[in-house]
Amino acid sequence: MPPIAEIAGLAIAYPHAGAWRRVVDGVSLTVDDGAAIGVVGESGCGKSLTALSLVGLVPEPGRVEAGRIVLAGEDVRAADEARLCSLRGGVAGFVFQEPAQALNPVRSVGFQVGEAARLHLGVGAERAHPLAVELLGEVGLEHPERIARAYPHELSGGQRQRVLLACALSADPRLLVADEPTSALDTVSQQHLVELLERLRSRRRLAVLFISHDLALVCRLSERVTVLYAGETVEVAGRDALVGEPRHPYTRALMQVQLGAQRPERGPLPTVPGEVPRAGEWGRGCRFAPRCPLAFDRCRVARPALVPLGGGAQVRCFLASAQAEPDGRA
Amino acid sequence: MGEPEATPLLEARGVARRYPPRGGVGGLAWREQVVLDDVSLALRPGEILGLVGRSGAGKSTLARILLGLEPPNGGEVRFRGQPIGDLDGAGLQRFRRAVQVVFQDPHASLDPRHSLGAIVSEPLAVHGVGERRGRRERGAQLLREVGLPGTELFLGRNPRELSGGERQRVALARALACGPEVLILDEPVSALDVSVRGQVLNLLLELHRGTGLALLLIAHDVRLVARVCDRVAVMAGGTIVEEGAPHSVLASPTHPATAELVGAARWLST
Repeated sequence: MPPIAEIAGLAIAYPHAGAWRRVVDGVSLTVDDGAAIGVVGESGCGKSLTALSLVGLVPEPGRVEAGRIVLAGEDVRAADEARLCSLRGGVAGFVFQEPAQALNPVRSVGFQVGEAARLHLGVGAERAHPLAVELLGEVGLEHPERIARAYPHELSGGQRQRVLLACALSADPRLLVADEPTSALDTVSQQHLVELLERLRSRRRLAVLFISHDLALVCRLSERVTVLYAGETVEVAGRDALVGEPRHPYTRALMQVQLGAQRPERGPLPTVPGEVPRAGEWGRGCRFAPRCPLAFDRCRVARPALVPLGGGAQVRCFLASAQAEPDGRA
Repeated sequence: MGEPEATPLLEARGVARRYPPRGGVGGLAWREQVVLDDVSLALRPGEILGLVGRSGAGKSTLARILLGLEPPNGGEVRFRGQPIGDLDGAGLQRFRRAVQVVFQDPHASLDPRHSLGAIVSEPLAVHGVGERRGRRERGAQLLREVGLPGTELFLGRNPRELSGGERQRVALARALACGPEVLILDEPVSALDVSVRGQVLNLLLELHRGTGLALLLIAHDVRLVARVCDRVAVMAGGTIVEEGAPHSVLASPTHPATAELVGAARWLST
């Protein structure tokens, strides 16, 4: 079976001082049907733009400069607006970080949940309401018929996020894109939402693309993880391999800043010094080199390639790829 | 003022807060809402007190009441033993200067029309500290204290040009401008990337060591609070349900609400 979504060599650029400046530059991503794929990286690494490009929603004035984007067998870059509309919601449902902003304040919850079903499945108004109630129940909301009549401002953040999830599932998509769906929630709601996503995935045989800056959270839900840094892929690995043996120094840094719940000793917290460089300040060497504790001379002058390591794993680091290959010393 | 150690710096005594019915169309909020019910909490000089709980537990409402931004329906807030409801104009101004706050959302809490220099030195102007030129220099110094450049170029920049972590540092510099005695931090890092949270919290710990400022750190993540605080209070359903040393609260929670928070933190970190 072909993958439900495939991105290869994606480049997205924005105008800056009279020229086009790439903010996503060489991202590839494959989501097999029914698979759970995670994308992790700090703010400004290109995670959300990559996801939005799947349905032709790169915000103005940005443009896709290069790469292949295929969703459910359809070339997204060549698709017209009508085709894109049917892909959005119909094939790929989206859940965003801020449920308060994603919902319409003057429409009832039930109307919004049924909207995609009316639009994509041709469900009539009289059937859309019971369907919405059913979906609200499926995402674990109590009193779904009462929630359907409510308006977004009457709900808590956790409830709104579930409503958004019900909206995304309304037209029975094959792929769910969840972009930082838990970042506005407290830890208990975070756990409940991730558990719910796991249940929905197995019940509906749904593929999930889960995006977050929190590596532990991404690993919780994903079978494979892509690590993005400054607009490019720096590591791809299966979840267990990534947790057991992270190869790229950036992946290791993201792992070190996780706070364990087991050892609550006091004192300074682990950090990743510095910040993600902005587009245009990437330099000619490895983009992570300025923050990398292991960087050596070559890292600052030459850009490492994304090297396959076997088993579908890839890493973009001179040291890591040399270590993986006993003969190939850098 | 004979025994400064015995008197809490800032204290909520039996604080209650109720909101009138809203009459929601879906009928979800037609009753009076009890947001805080008999909440007592004392912040001692120089300590870092953590306040944890889920969204909607009443943490932020308690923070606003402790700041004097919202009146309680019952009970009172005392600053250095004196009810803040009794303060006159000048007393209230002193209180506002002594008790400062950093909010969760650094995008919403900094005025996008003002330069960073104006934002950081505004509290000095409000409280009549120094003259214009001195305030500008103090603003630059404050920015350096929170790890940002104190250059003229940086002072002239706009909050929109900054990252989330940088904005939260600016909010912190503004809160520190008038030399407060108490700093209330309402989810100061939950809108930030995991990788940046440590930087901001370490900065707080450093400032605390340097100034002996009392901190009230509000968060929903017990992992954070346990790393940073001397003492933890757990809030659920508008009341304090548990209070104690972070390690004992985490290792053996006694209230179900605490156990739920600890359980989620464990689940999320494995």
